[in-house]
Amino acid sequence: MGETQVTWFGFLMEVLSAVFEWFRDPANWSGSTGVPARMFEHIYISFLSVGISAAVALPAALYIGHTKRAEFLVTSIANLGRAIPSFAILAIMLPITIRMRLGLGFWPTVIALFLLGIPPILTNTYVGIQGVDADTIEAARGMGMTGGQVLRKLEIPLAAPLIVAGFRTALVQVIATATLAALVAWGGLGRFIIDGFAVRDEARIAAGAILVAALAIAAELSFGLVQRLFAVRLHR
Amino acid sequence: MILAQGEPLLEWDWIVRHSSQIFERFLQHAELTAIAVGIGLLISFPVAVFAYRHRWLIGPVTWFTGLLYTIPSLALFAFLVPYTGLSTTTAEIGLVSYTLLILIRNIVAGLDGVPADTREAAIGMGYTKRQLLWKVELPLALPVMVAGIRIASVTTIGLVTVTALIGQGGLGYFILLGLRRFFSTPIIAGTILSVAFAMTVDAALLIGQRALTPWVRRKSPGLAS
Repeated sequence: MGETQVTWFGFLMEVLSAVFEWFRDPANWSGSTGVPARMFEHIYISFLSVGISAAVALPAALYIGHTKRAEFLVTSIANLGRAIPSFAILAIMLPITIRMRLGLGFWPTVIALFLLGIPPILTNTYVGIQGVDADTIEAARGMGMTGGQVLRKLEIPLAAPLIVAGFRTALVQVIATATLAALVAWGGLGRFIIDGFAVRDEARIAAGAILVAALAIAAELSFGLVQRLFAVRLHR
Repeated sequence: MILAQGEPLLEWDWIVRHSSQIFERFLQHAELTAIAVGIGLLISFPVAVFAYRHRWLIGPVTWFTGLLYTIPSLALFAFLVPYTGLSTTTAEIGLVSYTLLILIRNIVAGLDGVPADTREAAIGMGYTKRQLLWKVELPLALPVMVAGIRIASVTTIGLVTVTALIGQGGLGYFILLGLRRFFSTPIIAGTILSVAFAMTVDAALLIGQRALTPWVRRKSPGLAS
């Protein structure tokens, strides 16, 4: 048993030092296939996709939460969005974008990530807006506020922490899933994983995974900070 | 051109010819999902109950399972293959680790939602800690817990398709097949069946939960975050 432990420890050290070497190699940091370029591609496609998700989901959720109309849509769209695998969307969109001469992997990935980003933003915004105390809204109405004012001055600020949490979940999931872009011949950090797998270079696979996880964690932490700022402003 | 303009998106005779293979892959899909959510629950349940009783643990547990959640599935599978091979084990290690965050968070949230008065009343009536958990806290936490199981199941069913890349995949096999051959019929068939399976499991769990907790009138929305 002691022997097994030593082997596992030795193995772990071996991988760690190979990964360390990989990160120290200047060749992995330069040019269009280096870490900074791949990182930029990854961030670019993730933010673009979540931006489009927000442009669709945010107004829809605000409207549904404010008017309390068509509420069933939120649950059904969120469920459907979770049920459709991103991998399948990539596969479906690829032949279509090729036929439309829009290039290979970029748009299929954006569409898959856009759909992935919708459920968290939609559900959280809706739950936040819809959960604002009815008495508070009635008091605001009694003071002569219009529907738009209630939404802007009351519902959105009160729902802000939940809305930010929705963006956070969406972005973290999208960053982790943007790895799939490499499967359809686009860039991003997934390239290190796919190319590393193709040539059996474990250090490169691990480096790619570490970079994606680090990016997702960075997004999570900075959003946590934003969320706290919103909460502080409210409690004053 | 790779895809001929006149080619229909869905060729029915392909589906008819491959119906037994499709059924086999569906069974594999169901099995991979059931094992992943089952093992996920076996791990999450004791961890969540323990963290609920020792509250300082909730932070580290959420942090760790959240860390697992950020590891891209593709990288995890690629990294495990040299050691566990193109096997069910490789797939399940990934699938199980992605269920943990959702399940633990919802079990803790469900237990947290039990009204303090109810808990006190039960303790006042002489319930032991174990009776309190099994007879009061768990039944009341069930709707939120099932909401977590539903999200975990639906997410897992989607993720199973990715395991096609490591020779598993269930219905994802057809998606990869179509992607490699630029043939849309298997992609669409695999996707539609996978989505239908996810929605059926989701609905079945909801119906089961409502039957088990008839005192809950309003449905609890399943929250992802």
